[in-house]
Amino acid sequence: MGLVGWTWALDGWIVVAATLCAMSCALLGSFLVLRGTSLLGDAISHAVLPGLAIAFWATGSRSGTGMLLAAVGAAIVTVFLIEALRRSAGVDRGASMGVVFTGMFAVGMIMIVQVADHVDLDPNCVLYGSIELTPLDQWSIGGWLIPKAVVTLGLTFLLNSSFVWLFYKELLLTTFDGDLADSMGFSSRFMHYGLMSLVAVTAVGSFESVGSILVVAMMVVPPAAALMMTDRLHALLWWSMGLAALSAVTGHASAIVVPSWFGQGSTLTSGMMAVSAGGLLLVCGLFGARRGLVTRWWRQRSFAAQVAADDVLGYLFRLEERAGGVGTTSAQGKVGSNPTVADVGLLSANLSQPLKHCQRIVAQLVQRGEIESHRDGYQLTEAGRHRAQLLVRSHRLWELYLVEQAQFEIDRIHDKAEAWEHVTDESMRQSLDQATSQTDLDPHGSQIPPEVSPPRT
Amino acid sequence: MNPEGPSDVQRVPVTTPATELGNKLPLQVWDLTVAYQRTPVLWDVAFQVPPASLVAVVGPNGAGKSTLLRAILNLIPRTSGRIQVFGNDFELQRRRVAYVPQRESVDWDFPVSVLDVVTMGLYREIGWLWPVRKKHRARALEVLNQVGIADLAHRQISHLSGGQQQRTFLARALAQDADLYLMDEPFAAVDAATELAIIQQLRAMKQRGKTCVVIHHDLQTVPDYFDEVLLLNMRVVANGPIDKVFTPENLQKTYGGRLTLLDEVSTAMRRREKSL
Repeated sequence: MGLVGWTWALDGWIVVAATLCAMSCALLGSFLVLRGTSLLGDAISHAVLPGLAIAFWATGSRSGTGMLLAAVGAAIVTVFLIEALRRSAGVDRGASMGVVFTGMFAVGMIMIVQVADHVDLDPNCVLYGSIELTPLDQWSIGGWLIPKAVVTLGLTFLLNSSFVWLFYKELLLTTFDGDLADSMGFSSRFMHYGLMSLVAVTAVGSFESVGSILVVAMMVVPPAAALMMTDRLHALLWWSMGLAALSAVTGHASAIVVPSWFGQGSTLTSGMMAVSAGGLLLVCGLFGARRGLVTRWWRQRSFAAQVAADDVLGYLFRLEERAGGVGTTSAQGKVGSNPTVADVGLLSANLSQPLKHCQRIVAQLVQRGEIESHRDGYQLTEAGRHRAQLLVRSHRLWELYLVEQAQFEIDRIHDKAEAWEHVTDESMRQSLDQATSQTDLDPHGSQIPPEVSPPRT
Repeated sequence: MNPEGPSDVQRVPVTTPATELGNKLPLQVWDLTVAYQRTPVLWDVAFQVPPASLVAVVGPNGAGKSTLLRAILNLIPRTSGRIQVFGNDFELQRRRVAYVPQRESVDWDFPVSVLDVVTMGLYREIGWLWPVRKKHRARALEVLNQVGIADLAHRQISHLSGGQQQRTFLARALAQDADLYLMDEPFAAVDAATELAIIQQLRAMKQRGKTCVVIHHDLQTVPDYFDEVLLLNMRVVANGPIDKVFTPENLQKTYGGRLTLLDEVSTAMRRREKSL
């Protein structure tokens, strides 16, 4: 292990606890994010505070089921108040959440400060947690010494994952279309309260170890990053949990390593976990398969390259047409003045593309075997001519269609056809052919080339 | 609590529920009043829907058409009134009713495929907690085939055109295999081909004895597409067979200025509530 200051007995448990907590949060968080109520996790994890304070005051202990029940109770009261305020006062859900959870949080803080005079319940601990202390407080289970936090968080994760596994279909339906769910007898309110109760349980289970701020981060950030990666719900849940686990591991590792670069001791694990989750979100935002900025830019670029290549083929095809018939000229080979050959300069001038750009496109086309190099330029190969013919056919069919069916002026059709020819496939050409009159000439009087099947290779 | 309205409004005779009108009527509504925060949106709505018919619900914006469907489905509380579906309470007949919400009511960026959405129509049959199985997906695919978009089954739903989204919703309703279909503007923003496909589906459903209550905006096509019409403007202006009820006078009453008083009183009430 290359990490200085890493001991498995301590750091191993910390990472396990952090991972379980992060995955529990991310799993539920995915549904919160999809419901457009990401901040409900925030609201609830703060609003359980008065519940905790009451339970603490009543039982005098900081652990146990009393705390958990009180927290779930407080969470349900919170959700109920948010909905009630939204309906009765007509404020939107975000505002209603803000009012209710800050109110609950403030009441909770006052209560904790009041009882904290007598007992040990530290508000700071609730906010920031103390995951570094995880390995110190252990339970003996079947001869194994396992940190209490790992047991609690393990149970929380088990609870959350079995809830999502059992109610997957119901969660999907009520999240996507609550009205339909209700009309079919799947109560969306029931699912809402169920989900919120688990959010409360998760928040309470995670307080001591990672603190409520990280709970909120783990409920929102990994699901948001996962949304950049996939467009299927089950994949989203896996991505979300995977990214959460990854940020837990890298979070703790970097909490140990990064400060030593600056000559400092290790820093807070929970803080670094939030930072690495943010880093992962950035990476997904840039490179995500579905919505990543770089991914989209790359897709646009490759489409632009395809369009440029198509234009070169189309131009060469029209040269051949002008020279007197498709496919008849290559045999003539009149060196020097071959009308079907164009050099890069000519292409660049006619397609209004920079010379350098044209050279790159031509090189690609040569490599793909769609054009071949001659002494004074380039000429279509069999394969290239085939593709070019289909492009030109698409172009002219569109022009015919626009004039005949959509009553466009003849001088307005070229640009549209030019843009659409690159995305027109065979079935679309067939439909176009059927929708237009049986003529061989486009509105400009050029021949519409026939459909061809791909050449044998 | 009859609001003052035109006295010559055509009304369905309101008799006592159940037995007298026969149990077989797909939908009967008596004296339905729905209010949002004490401002009524529907006043004393009463009508009935004959079996195996295509019924258009027609009226101007804000007439309470969507509210009517949502009230029938118990999605919103009603102030007063009584609704029976096949001679019974809706809760007992849920299985026989399918709802097609407005297209804009869901998030089309949601991470599901077209097939996933259509499979939702089978959830009630699958039941709480049971997972979706291969045979259910196969059924959903069959229905997609019926509405002509089987090739889109595995697309994510944001890649659909408006017409394809509408067909997806129709497929989901067909998968529910209900007897009464309540559809909120299935023809909104669809292309001509989709409109034709949908109306063909509706006619086929009628052939199989199904009943469709459809919110519709295009007055031109009402007589072509539907057997019955419910003219609605906060209250029922007229209800019955197209040839008897779909008259210029009734349309004038529905869309014309005669009910603006109701609008005015609503506004007045809203203003008063705000000032309190």
